[in-house]
Amino acid sequence: MDMIKLTIDNREVEVPKGTTILKAAQTIGINIPTLCHFELEGLGVHNKPGSCRICVVEVAGRRNLAPACITEVMPDMVVKTNSMRVINARRTVLELMLSDHPNDCLQCAKNGRCELQKLAIRFGIRQNPYVGGEQSNYQIEVSPSIIRDMNKCVMCRRCETMCNEMQTVGALSAIERGFPAVVSTAFNQHLEDSPCSFCGQCVAVCPVGALTEVDHTPKILRAIMDEKKKTVVQVAPAVRVALGEEFGMKPGTIVTGKMVTALKMLGFDYVFDTDWSADLTIMEEGTELIGRLTKFLNGDKDVKLPILTSCCPAWVNFFEHHFPEMKELPSTAKSPQQMFGAIAKSYFAEKIGISREDMISVSVMPCLAKKYECSRDEFKVNGNPDVDYSISTRELASMIKQANIDLATLPESEFDSPLGESTGAAVIFGTTGGVIEAAVRTAYEVITKKSLPKIDFEELRGLEGIRSATIDVDGLKLNIGIAHGLKNARKLLEDIKAGKCNFHAIEIMACPGGCIDGAGQPLHHGNSDIIKARWEAIYRADKEMPIRKSHENPSIQAIYKEYLGEPCGHKSHELLHTHYFDRQTVVEVGSDK
Amino acid sequence: MQQKIIVPIKKEVRDKIIEICNKFNNNPGELINVLHETQGFLGYLPAEAQELIAEQLHTSTATVYGVVSFYSFFTMNPKGKHPVSVCLGTACYVRGAEKILESFEKELGIMPGQTDKDGLFSLTSLRCVGACGLAPVALVGDKVYGRLAPADIKGIVKEYRA
Repeated sequence: MDMIKLTIDNREVEVPKGTTILKAAQTIGINIPTLCHFELEGLGVHNKPGSCRICVVEVAGRRNLAPACITEVMPDMVVKTNSMRVINARRTVLELMLSDHPNDCLQCAKNGRCELQKLAIRFGIRQNPYVGGEQSNYQIEVSPSIIRDMNKCVMCRRCETMCNEMQTVGALSAIERGFPAVVSTAFNQHLEDSPCSFCGQCVAVCPVGALTEVDHTPKILRAIMDEKKKTVVQVAPAVRVALGEEFGMKPGTIVTGKMVTALKMLGFDYVFDTDWSADLTIMEEGTELIGRLTKFLNGDKDVKLPILTSCCPAWVNFFEHHFPEMKELPSTAKSPQQMFGAIAKSYFAEKIGISREDMISVSVMPCLAKKYECSRDEFKVNGNPDVDYSISTRELASMIKQANIDLATLPESEFDSPLGESTGAAVIFGTTGGVIEAAVRTAYEVITKKSLPKIDFEELRGLEGIRSATIDVDGLKLNIGIAHGLKNARKLLEDIKAGKCNFHAIEIMACPGGCIDGAGQPLHHGNSDIIKARWEAIYRADKEMPIRKSHENPSIQAIYKEYLGEPCGHKSHELLHTHYFDRQTVVEVGSDK
Repeated sequence: MQQKIIVPIKKEVRDKIIEICNKFNNNPGELINVLHETQGFLGYLPAEAQELIAEQLHTSTATVYGVVSFYSFFTMNPKGKHPVSVCLGTACYVRGAEKILESFEKELGIMPGQTDKDGLFSLTSLRCVGACGLAPVALVGDKVYGRLAPADIKGIVKEYRA
């Protein structure tokens, strides 16, 4: 590799050709400030417009200041990252940004996590010479998942990169020019009328408070305090490997037991586990897979293959918008969140003798699309939703903090029974490859009626965007595809459309890395080591479980015996399966500026 | 669940837009050229046309709208029967073009970029028509009016209202 020697702040440094000044400086511990720049190494996420000019440095012999994030090193370059000229330029850039930024930091959802605020602290901004100019005045838009307050936008374009390049959703674009320029949807339509999948990756990368999630915590607190209501909470697998970060614990710390204790202290009447309904999902989706496969092997040409997973609500929104002609391919199994809600408000409500209206069902999810999912009409009975409120990992952390609970020091406790028992197969739902591995563990044993020689399917794991593997099910070669990130999902779908694909089953998760990097997780601020630590923790949590196959979950076996009958049977269809819609984006006729 | 709205775009318009897109190989890099020709043909770029162009060029409607809203040349409003353009080029500007534009706004009840509700007049501004000697200048359709004063505007509009 060609190495290049240069000097940064009077120190010599040697880096490979093609390295940016920003990266070169980092190798010797010089942390040049950035704002628009965003990268998730190893997950293919890059936003480098070089537009905010916060990272400018002085390069000897160059007339103007250079943006460090996109300027590559040259031999014998002499760089100053902290000269008077540089410091003044950065301050001016920041002061100009702040001149059209609301001053309501104390009430902002991003207070304390805002990258603009951090820069203002770092630069010691105490007053602003540019006050009194024109102020942006956009209407705040609230959708079921996401709040857009474009008055706080700093035009870093990170959301656009996620929406268009990573997810190929195409909901957002920069529109207008000059002062009115803003990131918005086509014709400024509401997010719900746009092709938005509510994956929330725009929220996950927004450096400021322009894109935030809808906060349901006050409503949940009220429900807990209401003595007439019974509150039931479910927690998704990816939450337990990330929640600790909000309390200063190392990324990848598994806090399942402490989290359960905290939820009980918060006052939830029943603390259950989405892992339980993930096991249920495997029973339903696995049976559907085996059913379609058997038909296919018996020569039925009309059978819909490959079967696509349907756990991820952003992915469901995506194919409803972009590939409605393929809506017969995904499994009809509801997501674990919705299966849980349906069972909680039927089977469990009956069991404890209350009506569904007297039960408030809450989910804690690493996800923002789940908020949208639980508001969909098909998941309501007489207008009463199966899941009343879905909150993010961040919102749960906020509730715990408000209740003066220090998660780190709590003792551990167990989920309540019966909707709290789960297996290792359910935990791995939290990462890319996990759902299909869980399905294969069960399908193998159901098809062959033999015990799996090895539970771990290493060939299905990893963080590459598209993966494939062939699993030998006692002679039957099962071709599996996996994609995470909707750009990669789109590639697989286009291959299927073109008939270029011989997969039997495909797992798709919308977020890069799967739910571990969901938009509701603690903010990673571009540090992909955090995501890798969560990923490892998921598989550790799987290994620690005494039972690691969904069909061996005794409480799942029990509910089929006493309530549901058999997987994909009549009762299951009624409660645990759904259907999809053609939601190809439509233009509001006559809509314009 | 959201209702699918059928986009009302005439078949011949649809075919013509598809033809324009094909002419540029449906290449998203040619978006500006495609929009330019489509506007040349339709007179404006309605939402439905942008949607169709996005589909043909395999890009998002948001991207297309981003470009349409960026360039002042592109418009989403159909031109009126009598398009009014007021020159704001340097020569006209220094001789009071701004007041001329304001007078048109007042007389027609619309702002630049808009069309009145009868579809009779639309108002835009432009930069230099090469008649600087006549500054300030305005065009109604192809007809040039020079050496304008704000008091003239009422009479000009009246000519076309009749």
